[in-house]
Amino acid sequence: MRRLILSMIVVLAGAGAATSALAGAMPEYKLVLQDHKFAPATLKVPANTKFRVLVTNRNAVPSEFESSDFNREKIVLPDSTVTVFIGPLAKGTYKFFDDFHQATTGVLVVE
Amino acid sequence: MLGIALLVFREVLEAALIVTIVAAATRGVPRRAAFIGGGIALGVAGAIIVAVCMGFIEGSLGGIGQEVFDAAVLLAAVGMLGWHVTWMSSHGKEMVQQMHRVTDSVKAGSSSIALLLAVVALAVLREGSEIVLFLYGMAAGGAGKLGFFSGVPLGLAGGIAVGFGLYFGLLRIPIRYFFSATNWMLVVLAAGLASSAAGFLIQANLLPAWGNQLWDTSWLLANGSLVGQAVHILTGYEARPAGMQLVFWVVTFVVLAAGMGVISRRVRVKPSSRHVSEGTAAVTRGT
Repeated sequence: MRRLILSMIVVLAGAGAATSALAGAMPEYKLVLQDHKFAPATLKVPANTKFRVLVTNRNAVPSEFESSDFNREKIVLPDSTVTVFIGPLAKGTYKFFDDFHQATTGVLVVE
Repeated sequence: MLGIALLVFREVLEAALIVTIVAAATRGVPRRAAFIGGGIALGVAGAIIVAVCMGFIEGSLGGIGQEVFDAAVLLAAVGMLGWHVTWMSSHGKEMVQQMHRVTDSVKAGSSSIALLLAVVALAVLREGSEIVLFLYGMAAGGAGKLGFFSGVPLGLAGGIAVGFGLYFGLLRIPIRYFFSATNWMLVVLAAGLASSAAGFLIQANLLPAWGNQLWDTSWLLANGSLVGQAVHILTGYEARPAGMQLVFWVVTFVVLAAGMGVISRRVRVKPSSRHVSEGTAAVTRGT
Protein backbone atom coordinates (compact mmCIF):
# COMPACT_ATOMS: atom_id res chain seq x y z
CA MET A 1 0.00 0.00 0.00
CA ARG A 2 2.75 2.41 0.98
CA ARG A 3 4.72 1.60 -2.16
CA LEU A 4 1.59 2.13 -4.22
CA ILE A 5 0.98 5.56 -2.67
CA LEU A 6 4.65 6.51 -3.08
CA SER A 7 4.72 5.52 -6.72
CA MET A 8 1.45 7.38 -7.22
CA ILE A 9 3.02 10.52 -5.76
CA VAL A 10 6.04 10.14 -8.05
CA VAL A 11 3.78 9.78 -11.09
CA LEU A 12 1.72 12.77 -10.00
CA ALA A 13 4.83 14.85 -9.42
CA GLY A 14 6.01 13.97 -12.93
CA ALA A 15 2.64 14.89 -14.34
CA GLY A 16 2.81 18.09 -12.29
CA ALA A 17 6.15 19.02 -13.78
CA ALA A 18 4.76 18.34 -17.26
CA THR A 19 1.61 20.36 -16.74
CA SER A 20 3.40 23.25 -15.05
CA ALA A 21 5.57 23.49 -18.16
CA LEU A 22 2.38 23.72 -20.20
CA ALA A 23 0.92 26.15 -17.69
CA GLY A 24 3.41 28.75 -18.78
CA ALA A 25 0.94 30.13 -21.29
CA MET A 26 -1.88 30.24 -18.76
CA PRO A 27 -3.14 33.66 -17.59
CA GLU A 28 -1.89 34.44 -14.12
CA TYR A 29 -3.40 36.68 -11.45
CA LYS A 30 -2.19 37.78 -8.05
CA LEU A 31 -4.15 38.06 -4.83
CA VAL A 32 -2.63 39.40 -1.63
CA LEU A 33 -4.01 38.89 1.84
CA GLN A 34 -3.00 41.81 4.00
CA ASP A 35 -4.61 43.18 7.15
CA HIS A 36 -7.24 40.48 6.63
CA LYS A 37 -8.37 41.94 3.32
CA PHE A 38 -8.00 40.60 -0.20
CA ALA A 39 -6.19 42.91 -2.61
CA PRO A 40 -7.72 43.27 -5.08
CA ALA A 41 -11.11 42.50 -3.53
CA THR A 42 -12.54 42.11 -7.03
CA LEU A 43 -10.59 40.07 -9.51
CA LYS A 44 -11.62 40.15 -13.17
CA VAL A 45 -10.86 37.08 -15.28
CA PRO A 46 -11.88 35.94 -18.78
CA ALA A 47 -14.70 33.43 -19.24
CA ASN A 48 -14.10 29.87 -20.47
CA THR A 49 -10.38 30.11 -19.81
CA LYS A 50 -8.28 28.20 -17.34
CA PHE A 51 -6.09 30.47 -15.24
CA ARG A 52 -4.07 30.43 -12.08
CA VAL A 53 -4.10 32.67 -9.08
CA LEU A 54 -1.07 33.23 -6.88
CA VAL A 55 -2.34 33.89 -3.37
CA THR A 56 0.13 35.55 -1.03
CA ASN A 57 -0.50 35.77 2.70
CA ARG A 58 1.07 38.85 4.30
CA ASN A 59 -0.79 38.36 7.57
CA ALA A 60 1.04 36.94 10.57
CA VAL A 61 -1.36 33.99 10.81
CA PRO A 62 -2.41 31.10 8.52
CA SER A 63 -5.33 31.53 6.14
CA GLU A 64 -7.32 29.25 3.90
CA PHE A 65 -8.20 30.57 0.46
CA GLU A 66 -11.58 29.00 -0.21
CA SER A 67 -14.58 29.22 -2.50
CA SER A 68 -17.65 27.05 -2.53
CA ASP A 69 -18.71 28.86 -5.72
CA PHE A 70 -15.77 27.57 -7.76
CA ASN A 71 -14.81 24.64 -5.48
CA ARG A 72 -11.36 25.51 -4.29
CA GLU A 73 -9.64 25.39 -0.91
CA LYS A 74 -6.01 25.81 -0.08
CA ILE A 75 -4.17 26.74 3.08
CA VAL A 76 -1.83 29.73 2.82
CA LEU A 77 0.72 30.04 5.59
CA PRO A 78 2.04 33.44 6.73
CA ASP A 79 4.62 34.96 4.34
CA SER A 80 4.05 32.37 1.67
CA THR A 81 2.47 32.17 -1.77
CA VAL A 82 0.40 29.31 -3.16
CA THR A 83 -0.79 28.61 -6.69
CA VAL A 84 -4.43 27.71 -7.29
CA PHE A 85 -5.62 26.60 -10.72
CA ILE A 86 -9.17 27.75 -11.48
CA GLY A 87 -11.62 27.40 -14.33
CA PRO A 88 -12.57 27.45 -17.11
CA LEU A 89 -15.59 29.21 -15.60
CA ALA A 90 -18.83 30.44 -17.14
CA LYS A 91 -19.62 34.18 -17.00
CA GLY A 92 -20.81 35.41 -13.63
CA THR A 93 -19.61 36.44 -10.18
CA TYR A 94 -18.08 33.97 -7.77
CA LYS A 95 -17.41 34.62 -4.10
CA PHE A 96 -14.24 33.55 -2.35
CA PHE A 97 -13.18 33.96 1.26
CA ASP A 98 -10.60 33.21 3.92
CA ASP A 99 -12.05 30.20 5.69
CA PHE A 100 -10.10 31.00 8.86
CA HIS A 101 -11.36 34.61 8.92
CA GLN A 102 -14.84 34.55 7.45
CA ALA A 103 -15.14 38.34 7.29
CA THR A 104 -12.34 38.39 4.70
CA THR A 105 -14.07 38.02 1.34
CA GLY A 106 -13.53 38.80 -2.31
CA VAL A 107 -15.29 38.38 -5.63
CA LEU A 108 -14.18 36.80 -8.85
CA VAL A 109 -15.84 38.48 -11.82
CA VAL A 110 -15.79 36.24 -14.87
CA GLU A 111 -16.61 38.12 -18.06
CA MET B 1 -16.11 33.27 20.17
CA LEU B 2 -18.88 32.34 17.74
CA GLY B 3 -16.45 32.41 14.83
CA ILE B 4 -14.11 30.00 16.61
CA ALA B 5 -17.01 27.76 17.64
CA LEU B 6 -18.41 27.68 14.12
CA LEU B 7 -15.16 26.76 12.37
CA VAL B 8 -14.31 24.09 14.95
CA PHE B 9 -17.88 22.79 14.64
CA ARG B 10 -17.72 22.53 10.86
CA GLU B 11 -14.39 20.69 10.81
CA VAL B 12 -15.36 18.41 13.70
CA LEU B 13 -18.67 17.69 12.00
CA GLU B 14 -16.92 16.43 8.87
CA ALA B 15 -14.74 14.02 10.82
CA ALA B 16 -17.58 13.08 13.19
CA LEU B 17 -19.89 12.02 10.35
CA ILE B 18 -17.25 9.67 8.96
CA VAL B 19 -16.42 8.28 12.41
CA THR B 20 -20.14 7.76 13.05
CA ILE B 21 -20.70 5.68 9.92
CA VAL B 22 -17.60 3.62 10.72
CA ALA B 23 -18.84 3.15 14.29
CA ALA B 24 -22.23 1.97 13.05
CA ALA B 25 -20.65 -0.32 10.44
CA THR B 26 -18.55 -2.02 13.12
CA ARG B 27 -21.46 -2.58 15.50
CA GLY B 28 -20.96 -5.81 17.43
CA VAL B 29 -17.24 -6.03 16.74
CA PRO B 30 -15.26 -6.77 19.89
CA ARG B 31 -13.07 -3.94 21.23
CA ARG B 32 -14.64 -1.62 18.71
CA ALA B 33 -14.50 1.36 21.07
CA ALA B 34 -10.76 0.84 21.54
CA PHE B 35 -10.25 0.73 17.77
CA ILE B 36 -12.28 3.88 17.14
CA GLY B 37 -10.75 5.68 20.12
CA GLY B 38 -7.30 4.65 18.90
CA GLY B 39 -8.12 5.91 15.41
CA ILE B 40 -9.22 9.28 16.78
CA ALA B 41 -6.11 9.55 18.99
CA LEU B 42 -3.83 8.69 16.06
CA GLY B 43 -5.72 11.20 13.92
CA VAL B 44 -5.27 13.99 16.48
CA ALA B 45 -1.54 13.25 16.75
CA GLY B 46 -1.30 13.14 12.96
CA ALA B 47 -3.22 16.42 12.66
CA ILE B 48 -0.68 18.20 14.85
CA ILE B 49 2.22 16.73 12.85
CA VAL B 50 0.59 17.73 9.54
CA ALA B 51 -0.09 21.25 10.81
CA VAL B 52 3.53 21.62 11.93
CA CYS B 53 4.79 20.28 8.59
CA MET B 54 2.32 22.31 6.51
CA GLY B 55 5.07 24.64 5.30
CA PHE B 56 6.97 21.67 3.92
CA ILE B 57 3.86 20.04 2.42
CA GLU B 58 2.81 23.34 0.83
CA GLY B 59 6.19 23.93 -0.75
CA SER B 60 6.84 20.40 -1.97
CA LEU B 61 6.19 19.03 -5.48
CA GLY B 62 6.51 22.46 -7.01
CA GLY B 63 3.75 24.04 -4.92
CA ILE B 64 1.07 21.40 -5.33
CA GLY B 65 2.11 19.30 -2.33
CA GLN B 66 -1.01 20.25 -0.38
CA GLU B 67 -3.38 19.00 -3.08
CA VAL B 68 -1.40 15.80 -3.67
CA PHE B 69 -1.28 15.14 0.07
CA ASP B 70 -5.04 15.68 0.43
CA ALA B 71 -5.79 13.51 -2.57
CA ALA B 72 -3.46 10.75 -1.34
CA VAL B 73 -5.10 10.75 2.11
CA LEU B 74 -8.56 10.62 0.54
CA LEU B 75 -7.68 7.86 -1.93
CA ALA B 76 -6.03 5.81 0.82
CA ALA B 77 -9.28 6.06 2.78
CA VAL B 78 -11.22 5.01 -0.33
CA GLY B 79 -9.01 1.93 -0.72
CA MET B 80 -9.48 0.93 2.91
CA LEU B 81 -13.23 1.44 2.77
CA GLY B 82 -13.34 -0.63 -0.41
CA TRP B 83 -11.47 -3.48 1.20
CA HIS B 84 -13.71 -3.34 4.24
CA VAL B 85 -17.04 -3.41 2.39
CA THR B 86 -15.99 -6.34 0.23
CA TRP B 87 -14.83 -8.18 3.35
CA MET B 88 -17.97 -7.24 5.25
CA SER B 89 -20.28 -8.54 2.54
CA SER B 90 -18.83 -12.00 3.10
CA HIS B 91 -19.07 -11.82 6.89
CA GLY B 92 -21.91 -9.43 7.58
CA LYS B 93 -24.58 -12.10 7.52
CA GLU B 94 -22.75 -14.19 10.11
CA MET B 95 -22.40 -11.10 12.26
CA VAL B 96 -26.13 -10.54 12.16
CA GLN B 97 -26.89 -14.16 12.99
CA GLN B 98 -24.40 -14.35 15.83
CA MET B 99 -24.60 -10.88 17.29
CA HIS B 100 -25.15 -12.28 20.77
CA ARG B 101 -21.72 -13.82 21.00
CA VAL B 102 -18.22 -13.00 19.95
CA THR B 103 -17.66 -14.81 16.68
CA ASP B 104 -14.41 -16.18 15.37
CA SER B 105 -15.08 -14.74 11.95
CA VAL B 106 -15.31 -11.26 13.39
CA LYS B 107 -12.10 -11.79 15.31
CA ALA B 108 -10.46 -13.07 12.15
CA GLY B 109 -11.66 -9.90 10.44
CA SER B 110 -9.79 -7.63 12.81
CA SER B 111 -7.43 -6.81 9.96
CA SER B 112 -10.39 -5.21 8.23
CA ILE B 113 -11.31 -3.39 11.44
CA ALA B 114 -7.75 -2.11 11.62
CA LEU B 115 -8.28 -0.60 8.18
CA LEU B 116 -11.34 1.20 9.48
CA LEU B 117 -9.24 2.47 12.38
CA ALA B 118 -6.97 3.97 9.73
CA VAL B 119 -9.98 5.52 7.97
CA VAL B 120 -11.02 7.16 11.26
CA ALA B 121 -7.45 8.36 11.81
CA LEU B 122 -7.22 9.83 8.29
CA ALA B 123 -10.57 11.61 8.61
CA VAL B 124 -9.57 13.16 11.94
CA LEU B 125 -6.10 14.01 10.61
CA ARG B 126 -7.42 15.90 7.58
CA GLU B 127 -9.99 18.00 9.38
CA GLY B 128 -7.94 18.23 12.58
CA SER B 129 -4.92 19.78 10.88
CA GLU B 130 -7.12 22.65 9.68
CA ILE B 131 -8.41 23.17 13.22
CA VAL B 132 -4.85 23.20 14.57
CA LEU B 133 -3.69 25.81 12.02
CA PHE B 134 -6.79 27.90 12.59
CA LEU B 135 -6.44 27.84 16.37
CA TYR B 136 -2.72 28.57 16.11
CA GLY B 137 -3.63 31.63 14.05
CA MET B 138 -6.30 32.68 16.51
CA ALA B 139 -3.89 32.34 19.43
CA ALA B 140 -1.12 34.20 17.60
CA GLY B 141 -3.62 36.85 16.47
CA GLY B 142 -4.50 37.52 20.09
CA ALA B 143 -8.00 36.05 20.33
CA GLY B 144 -9.29 36.42 23.86
CA LYS B 145 -8.99 33.58 26.31
CA LEU B 146 -12.73 33.65 26.78
CA GLY B 147 -13.38 33.16 23.08
CA PHE B 148 -10.90 30.32 23.02
CA PHE B 149 -12.01 28.40 26.05
CA SER B 150 -15.69 28.73 25.26
CA GLY B 151 -15.53 28.56 21.45
CA VAL B 152 -13.42 25.43 21.09
CA PRO B 153 -15.41 23.22 23.52
CA LEU B 154 -18.67 24.56 22.09
CA GLY B 155 -17.69 23.69 18.50
CA LEU B 156 -16.26 20.34 19.55
CA ALA B 157 -19.35 19.42 21.54
CA GLY B 158 -21.67 20.50 18.73
CA GLY B 159 -19.88 18.40 16.12
CA ILE B 160 -19.74 15.35 18.37
CA ALA B 161 -23.42 15.77 19.29
CA VAL B 162 -24.45 15.65 15.62
CA GLY B 163 -22.31 12.52 15.22
CA PHE B 164 -24.04 10.82 18.13
CA GLY B 165 -27.42 11.95 16.84
CA LEU B 166 -26.72 10.28 13.49
CA TYR B 167 -25.42 7.18 15.28
CA PHE B 168 -28.54 6.67 17.36
CA GLY B 169 -30.63 7.39 14.30
CA LEU B 170 -28.81 4.63 12.43
CA LEU B 171 -29.36 2.20 15.33
CA ARG B 172 -33.08 2.41 14.61
CA ILE B 173 -32.56 0.57 11.34
CA PRO B 174 -33.87 -3.00 11.80
CA ILE B 175 -30.98 -5.39 12.39
CA ARG B 176 -31.87 -7.44 9.29
CA TYR B 177 -31.06 -4.48 7.07
CA PHE B 178 -28.55 -2.83 9.37
CA PHE B 179 -25.25 -3.99 7.88
CA SER B 180 -26.37 -3.73 4.29
CA ALA B 181 -27.50 -0.17 5.09
CA THR B 182 -24.19 0.80 6.74
CA ASN B 183 -22.27 -0.95 3.95
CA TRP B 184 -24.06 1.07 1.30
CA MET B 185 -23.37 4.20 3.34
CA LEU B 186 -19.68 3.28 3.33
CA VAL B 187 -19.79 2.76 -0.45
CA VAL B 188 -21.41 6.15 -1.02
CA LEU B 189 -18.97 7.74 1.46
CA ALA B 190 -16.03 6.20 -0.40
CA ALA B 191 -17.39 7.40 -3.76
CA GLY B 192 -17.71 10.92 -2.32
CA LEU B 193 -14.16 10.88 -0.96
CA ALA B 194 -12.88 9.74 -4.37
CA SER B 195 -14.74 12.64 -5.98
CA SER B 196 -13.14 15.07 -3.48
CA ALA B 197 -9.73 13.59 -4.29
CA ALA B 198 -10.40 14.24 -7.99
CA GLY B 199 -11.31 17.82 -7.04
CA PHE B 200 -7.90 18.34 -5.41
CA LEU B 201 -6.08 16.85 -8.39
CA ILE B 202 -8.01 19.19 -10.71
CA GLN B 203 -7.12 22.11 -8.44
CA ALA B 204 -3.44 21.10 -8.75
CA ASN B 205 -3.84 20.95 -12.55
CA LEU B 206 -2.87 17.25 -12.50
CA LEU B 207 -6.19 16.08 -13.91
CA PRO B 208 -8.39 17.67 -16.58
CA ALA B 209 -11.76 18.83 -15.23
CA TRP B 210 -13.75 17.35 -18.12
CA GLY B 211 -16.35 20.06 -17.76
CA ASN B 212 -15.70 22.40 -14.87
CA GLN B 213 -19.30 22.92 -13.77
CA LEU B 214 -21.39 20.07 -15.09
CA TRP B 215 -24.48 21.51 -13.46
CA ASP B 216 -25.37 24.07 -10.81
CA THR B 217 -27.73 23.10 -8.01
CA SER B 218 -26.45 25.69 -5.55
CA TRP B 219 -29.94 27.29 -5.60
CA LEU B 220 -31.24 24.02 -4.14
CA LEU B 221 -28.41 23.10 -1.77
CA ALA B 222 -25.25 25.19 -1.55
CA ASN B 223 -21.99 23.59 -0.47
CA GLY B 224 -21.34 26.54 1.80
CA SER B 225 -24.39 25.81 3.95
CA LEU B 226 -24.15 23.47 6.93
CA VAL B 227 -26.62 20.98 5.44
CA GLY B 228 -24.81 21.14 2.10
CA GLN B 229 -21.55 20.46 3.87
CA ALA B 230 -22.95 17.47 5.77
CA VAL B 231 -24.45 16.01 2.60
CA HIS B 232 -21.13 16.65 0.86
CA ILE B 233 -19.24 14.59 3.45
CA LEU B 234 -21.77 11.74 3.49
CA THR B 235 -22.27 11.48 -0.28
CA GLY B 236 -19.72 13.71 -2.02
CA TYR B 237 -22.47 16.11 -3.11
CA GLU B 238 -21.20 19.09 -5.07
CA ALA B 239 -23.49 21.89 -6.19
CA ARG B 240 -21.17 22.49 -9.17
CA PRO B 241 -19.27 19.28 -9.85
CA ALA B 242 -16.54 18.80 -12.41
CA GLY B 243 -17.01 16.00 -14.94
CA MET B 244 -13.90 14.24 -13.62
CA GLN B 245 -15.35 14.24 -10.11
CA LEU B 246 -18.48 12.56 -11.40
CA VAL B 247 -16.30 9.96 -13.18
CA PHE B 248 -14.41 9.22 -9.93
CA TRP B 249 -17.69 8.99 -8.01
CA VAL B 250 -19.36 6.61 -10.46
CA VAL B 251 -16.29 4.40 -10.97
CA THR B 252 -15.74 4.03 -7.22
CA PHE B 253 -19.40 3.32 -6.62
CA VAL B 254 -19.65 0.74 -9.41
CA VAL B 255 -16.38 -1.02 -8.47
CA LEU B 256 -17.28 -1.28 -4.77
CA ALA B 257 -20.88 -2.26 -5.43
CA ALA B 258 -19.70 -4.93 -7.88
CA GLY B 259 -17.09 -6.14 -5.39
CA MET B 260 -19.74 -6.47 -2.71
CA GLY B 261 -22.09 -8.27 -5.09
CA VAL B 262 -19.49 -10.73 -6.40
CA ILE B 263 -18.19 -11.63 -2.95
CA SER B 264 -21.57 -12.10 -1.33
CA ARG B 265 -22.70 -14.26 -4.28
CA ARG B 266 -19.61 -16.41 -3.93
CA VAL B 267 -20.30 -16.83 -0.23
CA ARG B 268 -23.86 -17.86 -0.96
CA VAL B 269 -22.82 -20.41 -3.60
CA LYS B 270 -20.33 -22.21 -1.39
CA PRO B 271 -21.78 -22.27 2.10
CA SER B 272 -20.40 -25.74 2.88
CA SER B 273 -16.80 -24.96 1.98
CA ARG B 274 -16.98 -21.89 4.16
CA HIS B 275 -18.05 -23.92 7.15
CA VAL B 276 -15.25 -26.39 6.50
CA SER B 277 -12.63 -23.71 6.34
CA GLU B 278 -13.96 -22.13 9.49
CA GLY B 279 -13.87 -25.48 11.23
CA THR B 280 -10.30 -26.00 10.15
CA ALA B 281 -9.39 -22.56 11.35
CA ALA B 282 -10.94 -23.27 14.73
CA VAL B 283 -9.01 -26.54 14.99
CA THR B 284 -5.76 -24.85 14.05
CA ARG B 285 -6.34 -22.19 16.66
CA GLY B 286 -7.22 -24.83 19.23
CA THR B 287 -3.90 -26.61 18.93
